Amino acid sequence: MSIEEKVIEIIVEQLDVTREECVPEASFIEDLGADSLDLVELIMAMEENFGIEISDEELQKIRTIQDAISYIKKKKGLAG
Amino acid sequence: MTLKDKVALVTGGSRGIGRSVCVRLAGAGAFVFINYARNEEAARETLRLVGQAGGSGKIVRFDVADDRATAEAIAALIREKGRIDILVNNAGESRDGLLVRMKEQDWGRVLDTNLTGAFHCCRAAAYAMMKQRGGRIINVSSLVALSGNAGQANYSASKAGLIGLTKSLARELAPRAICVNAVAPGLIDTDMTSAMTEEQREKILEGIPLSRLGTPDDVAGVVLFLASDEAGYITGQVIGVNGGLYM
Repeated sequence: MSIEEKVIEIIVEQLDVTREECVPEASFIEDLGADSLDLVELIMAMEENFGIEISDEELQKIRTIQDAISYIKKKKGLAG
Repeated sequence: MTLKDKVALVTGGSRGIGRSVCVRLAGAGAFVFINYARNEEAARETLRLVGQAGGSGKIVRFDVADDRATAEAIAALIREKGRIDILVNNAGESRDGLLVRMKEQDWGRVLDTNLTGAFHCCRAAAYAMMKQRGGRIINVSSLVALSGNAGQANYSASKAGLIGLTKSLARELAPRAICVNAVAPGLIDTDMTSAMTEEQREKILEGIPLSRLGTPDDVAGVVLFLASDEAGYITGQVIGVNGGLYM
């Protein structure tokens, strides 16, 4: 499974949204209806799944699905 | 009240109130992890009593004041059982003394164990509870958090801190159906209160409307209730268990 697919799978599960809603530019808060607790859960799920650590500072910059995908790719040393 | 299939962790479960809580939760069907920091023999005795009550559990050693050890131990027990439903932050110690004579380490150690220790445990257990969409955290505070007590500046501050922690976490975790409450025991007959002189006891008894000391089981019954499904609409509360000593 690609990083994109995995990220979207996690989002669908955590935020209870459909795959169709998970377009790259979708914002977690505005478009997908996440609140602060949802975001924390989402980030922790990504940390768990990808074996990475996301600092609070970096967390502030992740607003959309594409942000998350790019960030994880960068963190994993892959071209984003 | 049944806690069938629930998994609980009770810190400071080897003696006193913690021991009774372990026995009551296990008696109601929960699998109970009995945490202790030092006294393995006492923890084993708690486990024996848990078995006698028809329950099951396991002893687990870590010092709640130690962030890393606590996080690792709690992660391991969540892996082992696949979940954690009930966390009882009971581990506590007292190092009484008048303020002007209170040593820095007496203040620090009591705050580290009683308050920071609870923070460590909550942080280690909350994510699993969030994912489960449910859980119970019960913090064992104290009457002196509310009333104050000469000679217990450190202890009462730590226990009052637990009340702030309780209320903030109750708000934070409510969207995930996790209830967070505190119990505030009054004068309970345990090792911790046995250091009092007979004279001190007599004097305090005069102020207790129910005119007896509390037992660990008096407190454990309330903890059991708060851990049960019956208490699902109670969160952010401080339940006094003090014979009317403080109202």
